Amino acid sequence: MSARDEILANVRRSLGVSATDAARRANVEGRVQRAAPGVRPLRGQGDEGARVAIFIEQALLVSASVAQVPGLDAVPAEIARYLRAQNLPATLRMGADERLANLPWGETQLSLSTGPSAGDDLNSVSFAEAGVAETGTLALVSGPHNPTTLNFLPDNHIVVLRAGDVEPDYEAVWSRLRARFGKGLMPRTVNLVTGPSRSADIEQKLLLGAHGPRRLHIVLVRG
Amino acid sequence: MTAHPTSPQFKDNAHRALADTQLQKALGNVRHNFIEKRASAAGKLPEFEALRDQARDLRDHVLAHLDIYLEAYEAKVLASGGHVHWARTAEEACRIVVDLAKDRGAKSVAKGKSMVSEEIGLNAALERAGIRAVETDLGEYIIQLRGEAPSHIIAPAVHLNQEDVEAEFRRVHTWLPKDRDLHEPEALLAEARAELRAKFLAADIGVTGANFLVAETGTSIIVTNEGNGDLSQVLPRVHVVVASIEKIVPTLEDASGLLRVLARSATGQDMSVYTTLSTGPRRAEDSDGPGEYHVVLIDNGRSNMLGSEFEEMLRCIRCGACMNHCPVYHAVGGHAYGWVYPGPMGAVLTPSLIGVDKAGHLPNASTFCGRCESVCPVRIPLPKLMRHWREREFERHLSPAVARSGLGLWAFFARRPALYRLATSLAMGALSLAGRRKGRFASLPFASGWTQTRDFPAPEGRTFQAQWKARGRRS
Repeated sequence: MSARDEILANVRRSLGVSATDAARRANVEGRVQRAAPGVRPLRGQGDEGARVAIFIEQALLVSASVAQVPGLDAVPAEIARYLRAQNLPATLRMGADERLANLPWGETQLSLSTGPSAGDDLNSVSFAEAGVAETGTLALVSGPHNPTTLNFLPDNHIVVLRAGDVEPDYEAVWSRLRARFGKGLMPRTVNLVTGPSRSADIEQKLLLGAHGPRRLHIVLVRG
Repeated sequence: MTAHPTSPQFKDNAHRALADTQLQKALGNVRHNFIEKRASAAGKLPEFEALRDQARDLRDHVLAHLDIYLEAYEAKVLASGGHVHWARTAEEACRIVVDLAKDRGAKSVAKGKSMVSEEIGLNAALERAGIRAVETDLGEYIIQLRGEAPSHIIAPAVHLNQEDVEAEFRRVHTWLPKDRDLHEPEALLAEARAELRAKFLAADIGVTGANFLVAETGTSIIVTNEGNGDLSQVLPRVHVVVASIEKIVPTLEDASGLLRVLARSATGQDMSVYTTLSTGPRRAEDSDGPGEYHVVLIDNGRSNMLGSEFEEMLRCIRCGACMNHCPVYHAVGGHAYGWVYPGPMGAVLTPSLIGVDKAGHLPNASTFCGRCESVCPVRIPLPKLMRHWREREFERHLSPAVARSGLGLWAFFARRPALYRLATSLAMGALSLAGRRKGRFASLPFASGWTQTRDFPAPEGRTFQAQWKARGRRS
């Protein structure tokens, strides 16, 4: 008997069930198909204004920084300002996302490069799939548009998020993913990011910038 | 080969731990930080208790349908281009990972923190095959340098102080200039980050655990704060997930319900910094990510726990709240438990996995204060399960003869209430008379275990039952 069949047989023997019990199968299939949300905290619910306000509050609590801009065209100037204010080099790496590529970068002195990171980039920018108001979390989806390495390797990660994409909770993000990729299908990687990287492994002292970015800057686009 | 247990020597381990001043200093951090942070995070979420109920019900539902969920999960992993391997035992699981690595000519493996990999002894198995496994979680990296096992399931180096870490880095990172200042924890972190970044980029294979496996999508989910497990599954060309069979959840919705109680119970965060969902290998159009995705589903004793009085233990989502709140863990730390899983969850799980003959001391090392159960996010009745182990130990004649005959004697009287009342009132009367002058005893026959370290107070004369009865008559 293969390891697989033996494990499954052992599970069934311990549970006292048979492999052909149609009611149990229907129970499982129904639950997976419905994907019904359970208890969702009230905290993140509310209209867009309320959601954005909670999102910002929560993101600041986990040591991210947030800047609000009136439109996408204002993003390059804000990023340039942020890098200057942090005394960081005016370099920026990004994926192939057209929403980023089409921005007026020429108005800034930023030196741009594109593609995934091999570990030698200081600053990167990604376009978020969504934000989660409940915990100030960003949802980032892999692919050539926003490669996953840009979320982790650079020291400073900048994320562009549209106010209209701030969802109340994780469940709303799953609904978006199903709408985009199909029910039961996922991109290779989805990262939920809540603040910059940290560790408390030395005497429980909280330190930022363990393996991932030391800084997380969110540019929230209104309108 | 599973990690070699020293659980049979629990008593000696505990004595040593109590006398270890460095350890006691480090444990001071556990006693305060974790408890306060959890209480604060739970207090700020009005839905927290309802989420715990939901988490318990969900875990029970999954366990009752585990065979079907495993099949559904496997089908989705295969459909997304991944591979699923099944391992009955620790040895089988190690062999699968070692063979995967060997077949690909791998020389180094970057590992995200994984308790099940500790359970199966994966690092040692890889080393024996000439493959270097590098732990990338800061705490795990530190204890790997020291040749130690984790002493806590989410804070593996919690038994160490900052100076221990500095000394270890000085010993191993020999390229460090002597005058490099490592007195601040920030400097230690920066040193580890630089060293491990190179290891990540050089690794051929990334091995991670999984907090959850999603049947709906074939996704593995891990949570980290450092970003190490996440780099382990995006940089190397092969990603191997090692996970025990009970990690399944039906849907993404179910995973989010558990995430809401996991971080709050563990570290008092509302959400861990990184929650990474991986599904299959990189897609054709992707510009990064691993080319291969493998999942090793490990039984190693779990299927036997189903349907037994220990099934509820399989609800566990490995948050560590039970040990953070345990007075015994606070006193002796995690290493004294002698195997991979310490604290109350370890006291229940370890006998299930390595045998009550080896780990019988662990369920006895409890005051049954109930704090573990009161904070468990999936409401595992840990004291009840420890009591089951004590019963099994008694039935199998594994407990010491003195304890057995003492219990036998007590049972004789307990079954005969009239005799019990008579015997206790006689004994109380005698003790009260004998202790009248001092009001306490410095030594008592058959109670040296108590009187060795403190006095035994002399009884006031009448037993509780007698007083209760008298009071009832009055009202």
